[in-house]
Amino acid sequence: MIHFIKGIKHIFEGHTRYYITMAVLFGILAVAALTYANQYSKGLILTAMRDQVSWGFYIANFTFLVGVAAAAVILVIPAYIYSFKPIKEIVLFGEMMAVVAVSMCILFVAVDIGQPLRAWHTLPVIGKMNLPGSMMAWDVLVLNGYLAINLLALVYVLYQYAHNRDYNMKILWPIVLISIPFAISIHTVTAFLYASIKARPMWNIAVVAPRFIASAFCSGPALMILVFQLIRKNTDIKIEDKALFKIADVVTYALAINIFLLLTEIFTDFYSNTVHGASMHYLFFGLDGKTNLVPWIWTAVAMNTVAFVMLLFPSLKNRFLTLNIACALLIVGVYIEKGLGLVVPGFIPDALGDIYEYSPNINEIVIASGVWALGAIMFILLFKFAYPWFKKHQQADH
Amino acid sequence: MNKKNKSGEKKIDRRTFLKGAAIGAAAVALPLDKADAFWESFLQKHFTELSEADIAKVLKRLENEYSQEYKKPVSVNATKPQENVIYGYGLDIARCIGCRRCVHACVTENNQSRDPEIQWITVLKMKKGEKLYDLEKSDRYYNPDLVPEPGYFYMPVQCQQCADPPCVKACPATATWKEKDGIVVVDYNWCIGCRYCMAACPYGARHFNWAKPNIPVEELNANTHYLGNRPRYKGVVEKCTFCIQRSRNGRYPACVEACPVGARKFGNLLDPNSEIRYCIENYRVFRLKEELNTKPQFYYFFGVGNRRKP
Repeated sequence: MIHFIKGIKHIFEGHTRYYITMAVLFGILAVAALTYANQYSKGLILTAMRDQVSWGFYIANFTFLVGVAAAAVILVIPAYIYSFKPIKEIVLFGEMMAVVAVSMCILFVAVDIGQPLRAWHTLPVIGKMNLPGSMMAWDVLVLNGYLAINLLALVYVLYQYAHNRDYNMKILWPIVLISIPFAISIHTVTAFLYASIKARPMWNIAVVAPRFIASAFCSGPALMILVFQLIRKNTDIKIEDKALFKIADVVTYALAINIFLLLTEIFTDFYSNTVHGASMHYLFFGLDGKTNLVPWIWTAVAMNTVAFVMLLFPSLKNRFLTLNIACALLIVGVYIEKGLGLVVPGFIPDALGDIYEYSPNINEIVIASGVWALGAIMFILLFKFAYPWFKKHQQADH
Repeated sequence: MNKKNKSGEKKIDRRTFLKGAAIGAAAVALPLDKADAFWESFLQKHFTELSEADIAKVLKRLENEYSQEYKKPVSVNATKPQENVIYGYGLDIARCIGCRRCVHACVTENNQSRDPEIQWITVLKMKKGEKLYDLEKSDRYYNPDLVPEPGYFYMPVQCQQCADPPCVKACPATATWKEKDGIVVVDYNWCIGCRYCMAACPYGARHFNWAKPNIPVEELNANTHYLGNRPRYKGVVEKCTFCIQRSRNGRYPACVEACPVGARKFGNLLDPNSEIRYCIENYRVFRLKEELNTKPQFYYFFGVGNRRKP
């Protein structure tokens, strides 16, 4: 109990910089909340989505964040299975990121649906969940399951730390063992959400799931590399370089696979040149003179390629300045590629051949920023809350 | 548009004003009722799990709500499917002239929102002589002085009432399903508005209420069905139901009635003497995007001069 209070107290302690950061984040959140209130009362007409492109920026963000959440497994495996000490010490933060990312996913779906008060209709028992038919119903299951598993692991480890004990692997083991396939499953099921749609040829391909996993395992850990350095810089928590470079290795391999899979997709569509390639044509070169997404996808391709080339050189990968640049490039690259580059062109041309060009409007951007701000706030508060316990454990350990 | 409405409002006479005021006062005087209705609606079970008595109660509640909102008596029924009936639809591409009378008859009959505009039927204009049909080169925004335009044919598309509907499979909440008579319906009180069914539909047949639907009071069709043309809510999906409120009472859908050239055929697929069966058996029919195996119960054919030799 004393630790609980200590953790809560620590939330309110910090440098001026901490207060300013929080004030800015809460400011963004407040503006977004007002914008959402307006959207809630007037309807999704305030977004740029229409019948032709019925999903947009919100679902794109959702898709990206499922990947970030799944990437926690990149820390879980070396930490718990191979007992790699430098990562074992930070696996907790990876789990926190997973919890926050899944929460953000749920929020992005919440702001996207027309009748959020009816969300309980998709739950088992009280609602009428459509299993086994609906991939979205499966997604509800695995995302909530994954959230529960990570929360459980987090609470258990912190509880042990609070009592000055290391966690008991006998108890943690089953949780870890379940969490690994679950991490893969949340992103696989999210990929199946798209791949199962025979109405949209661009999505209806087997490579979506592997590409999702590959892009998740590069963008998620890249985000971790940046966040961990922020933690290291702003607190006295020690995070070894070795841990970060190990993660950078995974990032490199995953990015290589991601680029490879993208190339196979491009080859198949452009070589065979059937009508089913229309969406890819639209994405990369435009269709009927409509070229909204073309600059975006080429920016993403350029960013991912540059990041990959940088990561190939050990001298660049093992230096924080260049490593961080590469990570930032590939995070933005994958964010564009999986969002505007996958969700939106799937709807263009629409099922009857109409081309409605979609770009997120200011309402969508403000509300999405709000969800990101809330995610940052959640992560910071979780971190601040856990800090005293974690710190105590780290001191006892060294 | 807005300006027009505003200037119109100023001209309201005293009688209408008093009537409106009375209804308004009644609404304020009955806040409890409204709260009750909210909770009843919020906690309403899935339509297929409601008992007969529950359904009667729900229909009553909705009739009250709509009657208040539209200031005239609105009936909401829940007529059940007829026995031994599976509806099928035929569309004679050779006859269709692209006049879009079906589109507008559908809008009026089924209380589609006028602003923002929702239309369940999309008529595609296509160039003759290139392919059987080429959706990608089709034009839904054609607007000439006279139809048909030489060199083009027209292909209306609406819900194909698939025997294996991908939209039904996609819905995470079972808010849409296929009725025994083959009509794919949506429960507007159960739909959460996730729009996954819209992504899943290969025919662009599902439409979303991006804003609160707007139907002029005097144009509201007050004869409605729970699973069909009753007024919809903001944030839910809607679609063609073969005019469930008409077809289950033995009438033609509004689009069939409205077609000036008789291009639209409708009937019971299980009845060997029905018009639709005649079309299927005597013309070369095809179904849209057959390769997707959705098995539409909506058949296209080229009627004129294309009858199969006996």
